[in-house]
Amino acid sequence: MAGGDDSWRPLAPRLLIPTWVVIGLFSLLPVILMAVYSFLTKEFRGGVIWDFTLAAYDQFFIDRGLFGDEPARLEWTYINIFGRSLLQAAICTALCLVVGFPTAWFIATRPARTRAVWLFLITIPYWVNLLIRTVSLKFLIRDNGPLNEALMSIGLTSGPLPLVNTNLAVQLGLFYSYLPFMVLPIYAAVERYNFALSEAAADLYASRWTTLREIVLPVVKPGIIAGCILVFVPALGAFLAPDLLGGAKTFMIGSLIEEQFKGSQGNWPFGAAVSMILLTLVLIALIFYARTAAREGAR
Amino acid sequence: MKKLLLGTCLLASPAFAQGELKVYHWFEYIPQELVDKFQAETGITVTIDTFDSNESMLASLKAGRLGQYDVAVPADFMVGIMANDGMLDSFTPEEMPNLGNIEPQWMDVPFDAGRKHSIPYQWGSTSFSVNRDVYQGDISSLATLFDPPAELRGKINVLDSQNEVLILGSLYLGIPQCTQDRDQLRALNDMLLAAKPHWASFGSDIAKDVLVSGDAAAGMIYNGFSAKARAEGANVEYVYPKEGHVVWMDNVVLLKDAPNRDNALKFMNFLLDPVNAAAVTNYAAYTAGVTGVAPYLDEAIKTSPENNPPEGITPGVFAQACDEETQKLYDAIWTNLKK
Amino acid sequence: MKGVRHYPGFLGLTILCLVILYAPLIVVMAYSFNGSTSITQWGGFSMRWYVDVFTGPDAKRFGQAAWNSITIALMAATAATIIATAAALAMVKGGRFRGRGASFALINLPLMVPEIVTAVASLIFFTAIGLTTGYGTILVAHMAFCIPFAFLPIAARLEGIEASYEQAARDLYATRAQAFRLILLPLLAPGLASGWLLAFIISLDDFIITNFVKGAGMETLPTAIFGSVKQGIKPNIMAISTLMLAVSVLFVTAAYLINRKGRQTP
Repeated sequence: MAGGDDSWRPLAPRLLIPTWVVIGLFSLLPVILMAVYSFLTKEFRGGVIWDFTLAAYDQFFIDRGLFGDEPARLEWTYINIFGRSLLQAAICTALCLVVGFPTAWFIATRPARTRAVWLFLITIPYWVNLLIRTVSLKFLIRDNGPLNEALMSIGLTSGPLPLVNTNLAVQLGLFYSYLPFMVLPIYAAVERYNFALSEAAADLYASRWTTLREIVLPVVKPGIIAGCILVFVPALGAFLAPDLLGGAKTFMIGSLIEEQFKGSQGNWPFGAAVSMILLTLVLIALIFYARTAAREGAR
Repeated sequence: MKKLLLGTCLLASPAFAQGELKVYHWFEYIPQELVDKFQAETGITVTIDTFDSNESMLASLKAGRLGQYDVAVPADFMVGIMANDGMLDSFTPEEMPNLGNIEPQWMDVPFDAGRKHSIPYQWGSTSFSVNRDVYQGDISSLATLFDPPAELRGKINVLDSQNEVLILGSLYLGIPQCTQDRDQLRALNDMLLAAKPHWASFGSDIAKDVLVSGDAAAGMIYNGFSAKARAEGANVEYVYPKEGHVVWMDNVVLLKDAPNRDNALKFMNFLLDPVNAAAVTNYAAYTAGVTGVAPYLDEAIKTSPENNPPEGITPGVFAQACDEETQKLYDAIWTNLKK
Repeated sequence: MKGVRHYPGFLGLTILCLVILYAPLIVVMAYSFNGSTSITQWGGFSMRWYVDVFTGPDAKRFGQAAWNSITIALMAATAATIIATAAALAMVKGGRFRGRGASFALINLPLMVPEIVTAVASLIFFTAIGLTTGYGTILVAHMAFCIPFAFLPIAARLEGIEASYEQAARDLYATRAQAFRLILLPLLAPGLASGWLLAFIISLDDFIITNFVKGAGMETLPTAIFGSVKQGIKPNIMAISTLMLAVSVLFVTAAYLINRKGRQTP
């Protein structure tokens, strides 16, 4: 299959030309240009001057006090923003895993016919515009929205639960946005899982949960890691959930970048530098994934 | 491939078609009926894009949108900044027959002496409003926002606009704008950080809606926007605080490299007609800077408490444009606040 | 058999998962039929907001935005599918060749880079080369990031097609072009269809990148909706959302059915 038949081999490079032109020109080149921009000098109130400088990275990492004349220290402001975004993305990934794995397992162990229906049900929300899903969630959890009205009418709570404009709401929004990304790869891995392994373990008197931990998890690990990456990467740069559900009170990586280009500060080189740092983090995560996957594959 | 690229470049180039006008405007600030009227009178098709802060408008114009829009609607200090940066085109009095309709006090303004680049659109103020169903206590001070009473804590929306938040904060502390005094800036920084836990959200375009829906019980807001919230059923009171408030004037400016300069001039001239200026005022609930609008104004707008502050209030201040070094300090405070 | 597959509580979590995914959508759908102008009060069942979508004051703006969205998605998806098909043929059937690894990384580049970074990079790129942002820039940006989404199902399908079919045709003196057109393409059709649909939906839904590279007066449906919801959720937005939801569901169902049909015939 993948080895191919000889007739296509000489054509291969030519068939790839359009891909190289389009992605190379409109994805790769812009990223390279962005890297260049991160070393340029900012123009007052937006735009750049073509003088090379490390000022953007200096602003990110070095703190010289509000007035720029104190001894240089490590700047925590932006590291904290990254830390908070990383934490939020990590919690989101963990939540998605806790709910997504059992879901994927449950679906993969259904008979073939019903399995397709379950899978279909899980994927539909993913195809609904993310913006609309986020707005819907916001509407649902508002102070006098349907959720709070329902809770109060059945007497579970006496006053409205303040959910909107909290970190909890952002977390819920991220979880809700990316859950299908976790379920699908794990499902694919569980579907290929050989249940004879579980049966063998059961024959040797291993409990269900021991089997899950010792046998199943190691085998479906590539699927779990793929799911984690697919959730973690978009959650890290998420923009809509913090903006609409979190009340835009604190910068996240996404809004920090946006502010540099569309907001009041108009600092393009800094926005480009923050993007570069984010991209580097993501690439590290992907390399980690690729190496783990390769190791699993080799086993 | 070359053909494809050429095609995309052609697609991307601005349309120089006759009869177009591209307006870069604040959100919810011009009545559709007025736009329709202009289109019907002139046959010009109007496209409107919206922004939600002066700074974001400037940033996006600098990000390559200059030359795509014909007119924009910046506030006073921003007109000065844009003129200094060479982003504005000028017109002659002959090109603007209705120029004489501008109220004398708004003719020779410091940001555009003699009105060469801009015409008044509306002017108004920025301070805050409180839902009187939620809180009946004293709201005469900016402390309502920056050191709120228990009833309002966690129920306050603040404009997501660096300039307005920092100026109102400065007024509250009694420090000047564009100061370089370290103690004053530190005090401003610390005061805002202490106030932030009491705020529910940052948002400009949502400022009215959160008051109407009850998601917020108080909020930093523009006077006309607050009047609209009241008209939509929220029991909100707009305050002219004792420490002062921000006054602003939004102006329609002729942008440099406007693709449809003639149509832009027609549009600006159209807006200087008292009937049309009054239509904007009736819709946006601010105040026009044009003479002769009174007969066309709705009674409710003419007498609204938001537009008619009581005698003896502390006068408002205009925003100042700081120099680059000073602006950096204010930028740092804002980032600190939102980090 | 059933014993080792069954874990207590997993059904409950699956149902929880579905409830979380569907509750907001169902609530919005229900409230789009609300007769009241206030989103908080129920004013009886009514279709007025659907009428408002097509005739109300925002109708022209949303209509133009929908037109832009759909035409861009059609063109971007078609271009991306053609490019991705060529790439998939090379990657799956081309065996080993120089630059294969690099090409694979390049195809997947738009998937690996966070969307906000792609958006910023595109804005910088278009500004730097002095291209006026607008319809054209949205189109090319969409084309680029749709390629991997079209590539995945096409390549997956191609891998499932045994080389022997084509080989048999070649043995019967079909030219390579004939073998491709008469044998490979029909077999590949379900993959092409789901690849195209995937690319179409991805383009139709994109907000972040479009928001950065759209020019003056340019709106797509997601940016127009964002502009409106920023000022608060209004009933007509719920009606538009429900309509978009219906379109998405229609497309996914189509993709699902095509795919299932494709799997039944080899």
